[in-house]
Amino acid sequence: MPRRTLLAMPLAAAGPRAAIAQRPPAEDFAAAERTILAGRAPRADGIALEVPQLSENGNSVDIAVKVASPMTAADHVTAIHILSEKNPVPRVATFALSPRAGRAEVATRIRLATTQTVTVLAETSAGAVHRASREVIVILGACVDGG
Amino acid sequence: MAASIPARITLPETARRGEVVSVRVLVRHPMERGFDGPGLTPLPRHILHTLRVTYAGEEVFRMALSSGIAANPYVEFTTVATETGDLVFEWQEDGGAVYRREARLVVT
Repeated sequence: MPRRTLLAMPLAAAGPRAAIAQRPPAEDFAAAERTILAGRAPRADGIALEVPQLSENGNSVDIAVKVASPMTAADHVTAIHILSEKNPVPRVATFALSPRAGRAEVATRIRLATTQTVTVLAETSAGAVHRASREVIVILGACVDGG
Repeated sequence: MAASIPARITLPETARRGEVVSVRVLVRHPMERGFDGPGLTPLPRHILHTLRVTYAGEEVFRMALSSGIAANPYVEFTTVATETGDLVFEWQEDGGAVYRREARLVVT
């Protein structure tokens, strides 16, 4: 085997793995928020965001969102977005709602890679966007083990 | 044909017409996020990416899940009790698999 080929082998073998590790995020937090806002200025009222200030384990963090809305055909929340500032994927979850929901309230459990700000955006049928955010201190991030 | 999946669905057995009922769903799934890191074996992403809920045939709730949702995804939402019927929960998984569970709501 020529020496040149032999020298190139470890590089070729490391290639795909290195590419995975260094893969840049497809979309960052600011871009994700801009896309949802689509030029609209968010309002700081109307959302009650329940998330612990301090979380021992980033693998499962309880989050509950309540948006003040009559949820009628004329005036209702159409979508609730949960965004993460420092996770590899900024769009954590999106909920599509209709007047059939009765109340604009959702809850779930999310992963947080590290201490960061969690942002919630709520879109209404009137075209308004409400925004709330909260910092969560994470002791053990979601990316350190396989769980 | 949609397969079944271990899930715990909590909702009242009966409700009055017009009442807003709370629905809680916990489903068993590893939500393999597919990120590489030191000490981790790289695995392809394998998550439930969509949950769609229909009530008596009409869509009432939809959720887009990412790898940032905890393993064994839990979700809580509300719906207005309109008529006696089945709530059908349909999860779509990476790779195209679809899982389905049903729960009946009796409206008085």
